[in-house]
Amino acid sequence: MVSYESVVDTVAELFMKAETELPEDIISALEDAYENEDSDMAKSQLYTILENIEIARKRKLPMCQDTGIPIVFLEIGRDVKLDFDIKKAIVEGVKIATREVPLRPNAVHPLTRENPGTNIGDGIPDIVCELMEGDAIKITAVPKGAGSENMSRLRMFNPSQVDEVKRFIVETVRLAGGKPCPPIIVGVGIGGSFDKSARLAKKAVFRELGKPSEYEEELLKAVNSLGIGPMGLGGKTTALAVNVEMAYCHTASLPVAVNIQCWASRRASAILR
Amino acid sequence: MEYRLRTPLSYDDISSLKTGDIVYLSGVIYTARDKAHQRILSFKEENKELPFPLDGQVIYHCGPLAKKRDGSWHIVAAGPTTSARMNSSTVKLLENYDVRAIIGKGGMSGEVSEAMKGKCVYLAYTGGAAAIAAEAIKSVREVYWEDLGMPEAVWVLEVENFGPMITGIDTEGNSIFLEVEREVERRFSEMFG
Repeated sequence: MVSYESVVDTVAELFMKAETELPEDIISALEDAYENEDSDMAKSQLYTILENIEIARKRKLPMCQDTGIPIVFLEIGRDVKLDFDIKKAIVEGVKIATREVPLRPNAVHPLTRENPGTNIGDGIPDIVCELMEGDAIKITAVPKGAGSENMSRLRMFNPSQVDEVKRFIVETVRLAGGKPCPPIIVGVGIGGSFDKSARLAKKAVFRELGKPSEYEEELLKAVNSLGIGPMGLGGKTTALAVNVEMAYCHTASLPVAVNIQCWASRRASAILR
Repeated sequence: MEYRLRTPLSYDDISSLKTGDIVYLSGVIYTARDKAHQRILSFKEENKELPFPLDGQVIYHCGPLAKKRDGSWHIVAAGPTTSARMNSSTVKLLENYDVRAIIGKGGMSGEVSEAMKGKCVYLAYTGGAAAIAAEAIKSVREVYWEDLGMPEAVWVLEVENFGPMITGIDTEGNSIFLEVEREVERRFSEMFG
């Protein structure tokens, strides 16, 4: 049975892993980008990124000093019985990770900007729950950096503006330029509601890279033809992927959210039974 | 061209740098982000003397991740932060201080390129390359304004062969980032009209 202690330990370990080891699918996309680039400048940026990933993994160091704001995705099987406060366990896990990894104390009050130094505060860690089939809990730690998060956009379109969705997505990448540490991953949420589209976009960002749909491929091609390149110094690779998630929406609305993720697309998961 | 420079920097040290040139720095650099910039400017307004020098110095847009070990600070990770957030405060900063180089990522505005003319260069460090950066940081000499929080405080870092960095804006005001931006805008208009 899943215990309070096992959740605490798992959350702390997952943040350690996410901060120090980039997932294989992201590394291989960065390696492909390195091979694919022509200019020395673009290649040099990707080379430094790959070298940095290797040093971080070997020395168990955070790959980026922006260790992000702590986000935890919880997928809970409907047959799971919990006899403890899982939210408290996650908070405790983040506290341990902040001390041990260590994580930079990033969480501050939004208006007073006061920093408690623990990465804990109202609503933080952000815990996103989803109900699933089965008797297991899947925990995913996703530390989200601010440089890329700040470049994200959301717009409520009119239903007649379906044709403008692509422009909005590509424009978001154009406005972000070199600021979000490209090559980026673009997460797009289309439909749902105001907040649902944002949640879909975030889910899309952290989806494992795989075979893109035709629409995703078309968007990736458009984004990369802008020529922003690694770190905004020009080049063929502005994005490693454009991931799109959709949901039905109200007949009168068309929400579109674009969430931007830097190359350090950190995530780590574990399954508890 | 590749340059290895030592701080403090004179104008002669930086005036030959052209956009695209690679730079490695040794010596001392000062981290400063949003809040440190605001405080530096408020000191100026109130005619108060800064606790550290800025003339001839290098500012690093960075909020390091540091750990205290045996009573002294040790840098765990320290890559650059997004420089554009400091665009307007940098213009004011350069009016008042002879900062010779600013290290960051993502580039800075046209107003900053103008303000850098005949005075300062912008050096682009690969964003997120925090583990490599930490390796080149040999010690923490001092921390000022710790009340601003770890990321926002001013950390005086002793570095050796800190780089590679790309000269993003030179002393003539040329900017790789603005060049790329113009081309990106052209391609965007071509795509969507």
